[in-house]
Amino acid sequence: MIAGLRRLSYIGANFFSEDAVTQIRQKLLVLYVHSPDLHSAAVAWSLYDGTGQDRSSSGDSEEPPYASVVAAMQDGWRVVQFPQQYPAYPGMEYNTSYLKYEYILEKMEEIHGG
Amino acid sequence: MVDKQHLLNSKQMAQFVADGLLRFDELVPDELNRAACAEMEAGVLRGKAGVPMDELWQDLAIGQVIRLPAIQGMIDSLVGPGPLYDHHAVHTVNANHEHGQIWHADAIIDTRMHFDVQFFYFAHDTPREMGGTMFLPGSQYRRVSESDIARYQNFLGQMPMVCKAGTVAVAHHGIWHCAQPNLTDNKRYMFKLRLNPTVRQKKLWNTDDIDDAEIPGLLNANHRWYGNEVRLEAVNRIKMWRFLTGDDNFDLSYWLSRLENAPENELRAA
Repeated sequence: MIAGLRRLSYIGANFFSEDAVTQIRQKLLVLYVHSPDLHSAAVAWSLYDGTGQDRSSSGDSEEPPYASVVAAMQDGWRVVQFPQQYPAYPGMEYNTSYLKYEYILEKMEEIHGG
Repeated sequence: MVDKQHLLNSKQMAQFVADGLLRFDELVPDELNRAACAEMEAGVLRGKAGVPMDELWQDLAIGQVIRLPAIQGMIDSLVGPGPLYDHHAVHTVNANHEHGQIWHADAIIDTRMHFDVQFFYFAHDTPREMGGTMFLPGSQYRRVSESDIARYQNFLGQMPMVCKAGTVAVAHHGIWHCAQPNLTDNKRYMFKLRLNPTVRQKKLWNTDDIDDAEIPGLLNANHRWYGNEVRLEAVNRIKMWRFLTGDDNFDLSYWLSRLENAPENELRAA
């Protein structure tokens, strides 16, 4: 294999081995945690798999895949989006809506196909 | 008016305020369940939104289910006598359907303290491999518009309705929920009915136990999935309990009392 091609594949390029086409696809893990602390406990989660190997949907697991964002990072997931923090709008201090501490993580995985 | 023995009690109301739903297992007799299943297969005629609920389904098994004293007791306790029919739906999940529905709250953002109720009636056995409806206890005060929450897939504390025939859940209109996959060879049915109040929702239940020592603990339930926002959830429950009881001084853990303490008395000079 020509040096550097594997690294190039991380930005979406295809590369060719002797007998198969290997491509890179993105998996997204969305973790919602207890507080802005990345060590805090995961309380909700979603998985979106661009490799086509997995089709997650609502209610398909009872426990989070990782205990925290940091635990997922230790397993190779890269944080690609950090939640911003905003002060409450006046008059809306006690309103609740979406989960605030949402971290989006990715893994790039090879898929094999012709 | 339904007999007092069929009304909810204060502890059940506190649980409803905290969780956003109550569940009653195997409430409906089997023969009614079988008749209701047959009606759902054939289709249940829709009423006009806003008509008195009492006028609907006089000759149907579904009507008999709604008129069961226990269900009338829930209605009277939560939305009061003489509620209006909003809409109903016979929800189905086809056999061997492998994907869960997206999480959603029904209708749109609703800023009222006044609330509608939705009945979820499971007329046949619903084991986990058949679904049923997944609820997220404690989600009812979150201001979201229908499928805005579809990105979420799983939460700590999510609760699938795995139940025997005749089980009924009654929920605040804002509760987050979704249908679950049906991996069996049989179609799944669930009957949902939404009702609107026509009277002020204040002490409509059996309040004999209004001072029960367990009520603060029930209202303080931590469902875990909202993490650090548990105290904001408590504030919303305090506000709802004040609305339902008319007691503007009610509090939990002093959360609102300290915020409402803004003295204006000026100290007199000696």
